[in-house]
Amino acid sequence: MAELDTSGGGGKKGGKVRTKKASTKVDLTAMVDLAFLLITFFMLTTSLSKPIAMDIAKPDQEDNDVKLELRASETMTILLGKKNKIAWYMGEAGKSQPNIEGFADIRKSLIKNKEDLMKARRRQLIVIIKPTDGANYKNFVDIMDELNIAGIKTAPAIDDVYILDSEKEAMKAAGIL
Amino acid sequence: MPRAKVQRKSTAIDMTAMCDVSFLLLTFFILTATARQPDPLEVKIPTSTYKFKVPDVDIAILSIGKGKVFYEVIGKEVKMATLDKMGERYKIKFTPEQRERFGVVGAFGVPIANLPAFIDMSAEDRTKYAKTTLGIPVDSTNNQLSEWLLQSRNSVAELHQTQMRVTIKGDSEEEYPFVKKIVDILQKQKINKFSLITSTE
Repeated sequence: MAELDTSGGGGKKGGKVRTKKASTKVDLTAMVDLAFLLITFFMLTTSLSKPIAMDIAKPDQEDNDVKLELRASETMTILLGKKNKIAWYMGEAGKSQPNIEGFADIRKSLIKNKEDLMKARRRQLIVIIKPTDGANYKNFVDIMDELNIAGIKTAPAIDDVYILDSEKEAMKAAGIL
Repeated sequence: MPRAKVQRKSTAIDMTAMCDVSFLLLTFFILTATARQPDPLEVKIPTSTYKFKVPDVDIAILSIGKGKVFYEVIGKEVKMATLDKMGERYKIKFTPEQRERFGVVGAFGVPIANLPAFIDMSAEDRTKYAKTTLGIPVDSTNNQLSEWLLQSRNSVAELHQTQMRVTIKGDSEEEYPFVKKIVDILQKQKINKFSLITSTE
């Protein structure tokens, strides 16, 4: 295929100087290797570098007429504090002492609370997330991700405006506010 | 009995065709790959397990990090239309060249008064400048970010007849109050739904 006829002049009579027949075949293995390496690189960078979007919906700030009554016994309030700590409680604020947890344990608590409620009342757990000033952006993304992993289908309520005094006190006592 | 002769065959394979195909593929991938522009504001985005990919068109990206906010709207036409509207709003004249150049500028974080000078800079100077700038002003008295958002939303609606999607690319270590401040600006414009950009785990 990629060979040229290099025997030109070989048939002449009396030719004293004979050029040596050098093969023009080039070893393409290395070139193919390189090409495939580059292909792999471009394939991976084009499709995998696409970032992932996490959709967030927040309640409208001005439209205060729309109020949704929730059963306190079915809500789990999660407060995001500093030092990557979480305080959470079930039901009404102030009635029960919030549990202080790290991000490693929250998944278990979420799943446990969800299943307990499902067994006891056959109702879906409603989660309220309250990021406080001590939290950072990663904590917020992480908790939304944990909800997704725990399979909580109801949309979480994100509330960073109304943080109750009893919640603040509990968080201060734990040293995470 | 004659001995069976095993013919010796060369193990060298002709690689030409393979080489052709692989380079054809390589060319294809290089051409389809979108060159990623470096982010002027370095942000370490958090990870998540979500699967939804960010669309390529009609989005605005707000990069938040180190208490600064940078803005980018995707699409050359949209960028240029947004610049026209901003120029009108703040009474700044942009030359057609500046307009053209702004169409290919990535994320930026400059006050509108410095924008013409910023556009005229070379790419290297821009990167240097991005390190010293304080980002787009977001104070309540001089809320340029809000204007940028509003004008680009209008531009997207005019040019593509769809709604612009707002995405936030925040640094993992960013304090929540600052993120909240930016989200409040979005919510003032009734943008109650937005996306957070994360990477796969």
